[in-house]
Amino acid sequence: MSMEGVAMATAEAGTRGRPVTAGLTLFAVLAVAAFVGALAIGPFTIAPGRVFAVLWDWITGAQPAGSLRERIVVLDVRLPRAIVGALAGSGMAVAGALMQGVFRNPLADPSLVGVAPGAALAAVAFVVFGAPLLALLPPPLQVVGLPLAAFAGGLVTTLVIARLAEHDGRTSVATLLFAGLALGALASAGTGVMVFLASEQQTRDFLFWTLGSLGGATWMKAALAAPFVLGLLAIAAGLARGLDALALGEAEAFHAGVSVERLKRTAVVAVAAGVGAAVAATGVVGFVGLVVPHLARLVIGPSHRALVPASALLGAAVLLGADILARMIAAPAELPLGVVTALVGAPFFLWLLLKRRAFVG
Amino acid sequence: MLFRPQKAIHACRVAARLAVLGAVVAVLVGITSLAPRGAAAQPQGAAQPRVVAIGGAVTEILFALGLGDRVVAVDQTSRYPAAARRLPDVGYARALSPEGVLSVGPTLILAMEGAGPPSTMEVLKQASVPVVVIPDGHDREAVLRKIAAVAKAVGAEEKGRALAAEVSDDFAALDAMVKALPERPRAVFVLSASGGAAVVGGSDTSADAILKLAGLTNAMAQIKGFKPALDEAAMSAEPEAVVVMRGGGQVLDAATVFALPAFAGTPAARDERLVALPGSYLLGFGPRTPRAARDLAAALHPGAKLPELPARPWSAEPDQ
Repeated sequence: MSMEGVAMATAEAGTRGRPVTAGLTLFAVLAVAAFVGALAIGPFTIAPGRVFAVLWDWITGAQPAGSLRERIVVLDVRLPRAIVGALAGSGMAVAGALMQGVFRNPLADPSLVGVAPGAALAAVAFVVFGAPLLALLPPPLQVVGLPLAAFAGGLVTTLVIARLAEHDGRTSVATLLFAGLALGALASAGTGVMVFLASEQQTRDFLFWTLGSLGGATWMKAALAAPFVLGLLAIAAGLARGLDALALGEAEAFHAGVSVERLKRTAVVAVAAGVGAAVAATGVVGFVGLVVPHLARLVIGPSHRALVPASALLGAAVLLGADILARMIAAPAELPLGVVTALVGAPFFLWLLLKRRAFVG
Repeated sequence: MLFRPQKAIHACRVAARLAVLGAVVAVLVGITSLAPRGAAAQPQGAAQPRVVAIGGAVTEILFALGLGDRVVAVDQTSRYPAAARRLPDVGYARALSPEGVLSVGPTLILAMEGAGPPSTMEVLKQASVPVVVIPDGHDREAVLRKIAAVAKAVGAEEKGRALAAEVSDDFAALDAMVKALPERPRAVFVLSASGGAAVVGGSDTSADAILKLAGLTNAMAQIKGFKPALDEAAMSAEPEAVVVMRGGGQVLDAATVFALPAFAGTPAARDERLVALPGSYLLGFGPRTPRAARDLAAALHPGAKLPELPARPWSAEPDQ
């Protein structure tokens, strides 16, 4: 997107009321449909009516309907899975929108500030060396040992990158970018060392983690991820106005009364925590953070005030839709979720690129 | 500010396209979910237990016990007998989907040690599907232990003892043969050779165990686990033979293996001595392990004449 394009579109945002409302409504409908689909569809055959009977009785606390297995599939497998999926999808998409706004670069995504490589390094280190650590944790936390490690790894890496990019109280976006690149490469090297030390089985465990899955979604994971992702969404909504001003340039934003430094720092920390939590819960699911904001912009335009909620809704819809495919295609086995999102996301991104070339030349 | 009808129209058009796309996806997914699935999820009251077998050896033992008809789903590594390959596949044993496993309506899950993830096992426990973990291992005792554990879990102890006796006899016959062999040739197990580097089986692996059973010396025993071997280390180990897996998409042939720099100038490359056996047969450590070790020994002790082990009904079917 050329800078003039952004500026024009931003200035215009106020007049685009109808498409924005229509777009947001559409995305909300898609998100709700995907959530309902995630609850109703799965390899375990339950009539959708019974799914909702089970849910209704659970909500009202009535004598539970359905067999034990039906209740477990709906309440302990599909429901936490759909919640984690919605959280992760909206978190990644909003983080992508934030990063694209802060870096003023359409190719930016959360991995630029090192969340994914840092989380991956911590995850593989945990797979290889975590067994003794795991024994120290109380049993309910043992299941989430790897997610906790991944979260910490992503957060620490990003904070180090942000610290490196700060000089005299100013964060240079270029330094942030290069520090992210360098630290990402360093984390990947560490991951390589771990993979070398790992046994065949540990390597496969890690490989599956990097392909992403909602398969391990539990209520515990949903509860752990929720505050960070919801925090990210709230902060992103709060930064939207500032990001719209920033689209015109740092100096322009400063003169418009935006505290650019604070905006950048807040965005990076919120993204690190939110995406770290999402990645911890699902493993690495590519392309959602990069593609969803673009898809949303196509419909509702570039203003961040609309883009943030649109990305959240569409991100949840896309991830839940991809997860339905991941569960159904190879049933009773499960396709890695990251494979589905990349298979759909990469060609779409390419199409977007070629289409834009037709405009810009 | 001007109202720009083209932009609004464009946005509406995009929105319409997206809506159509979403509807198509929803319909497709709906159809998939409505399609009748053979394995209905109503196990309660069924007289026959419905077993999900996780691990090649577990599946083989169940079929060898004559209980193949109780197996309703298997994992990726269950490749023998052919009837097992036709069953629904729940995927990789360490990344099982809770709903996928429940969808085949199991009343019992027999899983090799290490199956997971823990969150899936937790869900299965809550759904009151008993999960019996079968201890893994790579020697005679471990194989007999697996047979006993599987037989006990399905309440077929009698048949289990009979199978264990047969397998134990096979091991005894194998040991007698191998003891009489004058030499212990040096062999390397090559797991894969992508990118020009050979990933070999070091000590503490199933590959190491089968080489020993077959009266061979693991030339790569100084490495631990399955690791890429340094070309020079592989060369200086002077292997006389290379052992690889066949089947399951493996395409390691003599030409590929001996073109690797790691084996340049080794006796194995000079004599082009390479043995390929089906993966689950070679490394599965199920009831057919003594046979796999005999086949390996017969192939790599060219001077010796090794008799076939007695034919068993559960090993009659050719592998893949």
